[in-house]
Amino acid sequence: MIEYRDVSVLRGGNAILDRVTLRIGKGERVAFLGRSGAGKTTALKVINGLIAPTSGDIVIDDRSILHHTLPILRRRIGYVMQQPALFPHRTVLDNVATVPRLLEWPEERIRTEAGRLLELLELPVASFGARFPRMLSGGQQQRVAIARALIAAPEIVLCDEPFSALDPLIRAELQALFGGVVHTTPTTLVFVTHDVREALRIAERVIVFDVGRVVVDTPAAGFMTHEHPLVRRFVEA
Amino acid sequence: MSELLRLTGEHLLIVAIAVTIAIAAGVPLGTFAHRRRRMGGVALRITDVVQTIPSLAMFGFLIPLPLVGGIGARPAIVALVLYSLLPIVRSTLVGLERIDPHVREAATAMGMTEQQLLWNVELPLATPAIVAGIRIASVTAIGVATIAAAVGGGGLGTLIFRGVAMVDTRLILSGALPAALLAIGADVLLTQVERHFARKRGEA
Repeated sequence: MIEYRDVSVLRGGNAILDRVTLRIGKGERVAFLGRSGAGKTTALKVINGLIAPTSGDIVIDDRSILHHTLPILRRRIGYVMQQPALFPHRTVLDNVATVPRLLEWPEERIRTEAGRLLELLELPVASFGARFPRMLSGGQQQRVAIARALIAAPEIVLCDEPFSALDPLIRAELQALFGGVVHTTPTTLVFVTHDVREALRIAERVIVFDVGRVVVDTPAAGFMTHEHPLVRRFVEA
Repeated sequence: MSELLRLTGEHLLIVAIAVTIAIAAGVPLGTFAHRRRRMGGVALRITDVVQTIPSLAMFGFLIPLPLVGGIGARPAIVALVLYSLLPIVRSTLVGLERIDPHVREAATAMGMTEQQLLWNVELPLATPAIVAGIRIASVTAIGVATIAAAVGGGGLGTLIFRGVAMVDTRLILSGALPAALLAIGADVLLTQVERHFARKRGEA
């Protein structure tokens, strides 16, 4: 479980996040929706401690993030960004093996798990495992990034617009693949996007941010008919 | 001929010792400069100033100093270390600065500690740049080492200084030519090493 308790993040006098209080239950799939600058990425990065709250507290599994050892906590949290950000000096397989190696899994288990996951993401290890990131297309790189984030069966997966840099056809394909993989696991998913259709395709709950605040928090099923003016603008856009 | 070989060996040895020490000090210093901007800037400024001291003057400064100075191979090595430091510190810093911040963010977000980030990601990615710094340091050191003979440091400069004193052009060239060849050889060899790492790191 993830809890925001009155979380604010200030930057040069501006509130990027403004007293946000939220609870995200175990296994919930949540989309953070908002225009750029709404604070949704910051709201994501306070969960894995890439950004520290100026005030308030993040509580994960009933323990303040201040009392978690960040590297240890982060190994249980998958993270996918808009950029694949693969390690250019490591092969696909070694990239995917990053977190398992930090967790000191036996190599055999790493190979089995990586193979299974890459297969699901349609990058068979036999032909892709030994390649370097520069030899892959953008869409393929992003699939490796997804495998790298999911391999250790993280309890929480954080995604920051993972598909927005891809062209529309590949984006739809990856949304479907990603949805397929994530929906079969009990992981808690927090997915940042500015794309309503993507939010509704992937999440069961939509939280809308505006100028650092949560303005709408609704089940995905009720989103299209929600009356908040910002939601209307999203729906009609 | 045997003297030429001996002096060439001596030359290479003091350069190798000096560059090795400079790497051992320079790479950590460059890493530190990357982590701590302010202090790193000061360190870089100091190595910068050292670089501008003319080499003969540097040997002159070192002669009266206890422990590190005097006459012989020791002050020669100290001077070469000081000259080699700047290119290595600077290239380490540049190599670290060129790393895509998203890659660093991904590594951190996956749970690497600062140490793991440094050893698994930052230093491997900075290696081609570091090797470039080592190449520049080595070539410079081979050149400056010829002047080390002025303080009794030995090496190929011995032949050059002797030739100058005796106004013997052939003797001068017998020191100068091998020194030049060594510098060119080091440049070619280390350029290959640099390319090899760049290819391995997926840059070329």
